[in-house]
Amino acid sequence: MSGLVSIALLAFGALRRNLMRSLLTSLGVIIGVGALIVTVASGEGSKAILQEQLATLGTNLLIVLPGSSTLGGARGGPGTGKPLTHADFLAIGKESSAARYAAPVDRTVVQVVLDNQNWLTTVYGSTPDFFAIREWTIARGRFFNDSEADSGAKVCVLGQTVATQLFGAGEPLGQVVRVRAMPCQVVGVLMSKGQSSQGQDQDDLVVTPWVTFKSRMMSQDRIHVGSILVSATSPDEVAHAQMQVVGVLRQQHRLSDGQLDDFTVRNLADLAATQEKAADAQTGMLRNVAAVSLLVGGIGIMNIMLVSVTERTREIGIRLAIGASENKVLLQFLVEAVVLSAAGGLIGIALGIAGALTLASVMGWPFVVSPLWISVAFGISMAIGVIFGFYPARKAARMNPIDALRFE
Amino acid sequence: MAAEPIIRLTGITKTYKAGELEVHALVDVTMTVEKGEMVAIMGPSGSGKSTLMNVLGCLDQPTRGSYLFEGREVATLPKGALSALRLSAFGFIFQGFQLIARTSALDNVALPLVYADVPAAERRQRAKEALARVGLAGREDHTSAQLSGGQQQRVAIARALVNSPRLILADEPTGALDTRTSVEVLGLVQSLHRSGITVVMVTHEPDIAAYADRLVVVRDGRILSDEKQAPHDAVADLAAMSDKAA
Repeated sequence: MSGLVSIALLAFGALRRNLMRSLLTSLGVIIGVGALIVTVASGEGSKAILQEQLATLGTNLLIVLPGSSTLGGARGGPGTGKPLTHADFLAIGKESSAARYAAPVDRTVVQVVLDNQNWLTTVYGSTPDFFAIREWTIARGRFFNDSEADSGAKVCVLGQTVATQLFGAGEPLGQVVRVRAMPCQVVGVLMSKGQSSQGQDQDDLVVTPWVTFKSRMMSQDRIHVGSILVSATSPDEVAHAQMQVVGVLRQQHRLSDGQLDDFTVRNLADLAATQEKAADAQTGMLRNVAAVSLLVGGIGIMNIMLVSVTERTREIGIRLAIGASENKVLLQFLVEAVVLSAAGGLIGIALGIAGALTLASVMGWPFVVSPLWISVAFGISMAIGVIFGFYPARKAARMNPIDALRFE
Repeated sequence: MAAEPIIRLTGITKTYKAGELEVHALVDVTMTVEKGEMVAIMGPSGSGKSTLMNVLGCLDQPTRGSYLFEGREVATLPKGALSALRLSAFGFIFQGFQLIARTSALDNVALPLVYADVPAAERRQRAKEALARVGLAGREDHTSAQLSGGQQQRVAIARALVNSPRLILADEPTGALDTRTSVEVLGLVQSLHRSGITVVMVTHEPDIAAYADRLVVVRDGRILSDEKQAPHDAVADLAAMSDKAA
């Protein structure tokens, strides 16, 4: 053990004698490892922000939309075909075991008025489960409850933006706002979610009970439902829940085996997967760039080690002649190469973390560099030293001491 | 019955191939060196004396013949065993000092001990003692560039004796030195010899060979003559030189 330490110290001494060259040699590994860390950090950072954004939509979410109709060859969008019904919603809630929540959702854009203030916003009619599915939390007051929902009470919950626009710094709770022609009492204000990944203000909304919404704003139509939101019991159950919902709706709509679905079930997991794939492709490409610069860095180390071995031929001759074993000479030069690349790795990790921090603060990402990747980067740089240092080290160890001593 | 000689060469032949040409560097060399002798091997360049030196130092292996070192056949040993033998039993004083550049005298001297796995503290101590023995106490931290030629050769001698060798091999030990420094260095070698270490010295100068107590003359790969002689005393010669200067 003390022998190994002594050999390592010999290697350190040799590197210190050529400090500038050692640093320049390490540059390739420094850049490679730095790029690797920044790449991984930006990949993980953008993924984290993506997941955060998807989470604001509600996890495990399925969106059921009515089908489209085809009229004379022209296909309409969702809603032009057979509409969804309140009975569909009830059936899903009753029969789909993988669905934890289901909520009917209808919405319309209206002017909301308070005294001399007014604001154009989207009003949603849904059930209390809507809040759970979309993972809303309450900032002040409360959500409306089941009995208010069933009885069609004239209550509403405001999004942060609406509350601010109408009330400013004032107290919205207990106040009555006019939603189109309907006066309704504010029972709660939602916690802000900020912008969606598409840049929309998610806090610009008012939520009223579905029955209230349908009775007061949709001319008493309590049968049809604009869309149905379903939340699966767990992320693993999303696909299962989707299958069940499709089954329930096909039965509800009395579709025979050959007929196509007259509704659409969208799965946010698919959307997330697509976006993640795009992000992965990007980081994958950057990772290749990092790999190439690590390769170049390794070749640089091999190059300098070969130069160094040739330059120090006489020194190697001395070492071998006085009785250094081939293994010890090999080890010394291998340690030199590994120290070069590992030092490069450490500097690269430091620079990479600094770069990742800067990038994170500029892009507004969370700063994520896992210790795993740091140890992987360090391991890679060590491995580069071993792989690219081996050939020059073996060349040194196999020299003939007589010829080496005579080398000019 | 006399004790086993430290070196016994029997029928040593070394042939190099230089393209089509065969060069006979050593032809059927047979000689012994007794323990405690100081032998000079002299000859012009190309005589085979360097090859003989390399064979004796186990840096090169003979094409044919037997080399018993302390009674043990080493002509056919594998490389690793030869390294170990050089490390433990031999001390080398190479032509042209052969110190490691930009490295302190102490580290140069301690080098064989590093490879012999001697602990660091003991290495320092022994290297310091060796440097003191060659009169370089206080210069442990000097690098080669900061030392004169004579001092560099002293560092090389300290390195040769730091591992307590049984045989010191010196290849043109005074090659790059002026007369006075040469005699100083030879005084040092003679003192090592007097302490009981066997010395084999290769030179092409009769003046230098005169300090050994046996002279072997080599020519064309063969031993031309092998005679005991009364050696010059370096210490006395130095004193004489000083008197002349005064």
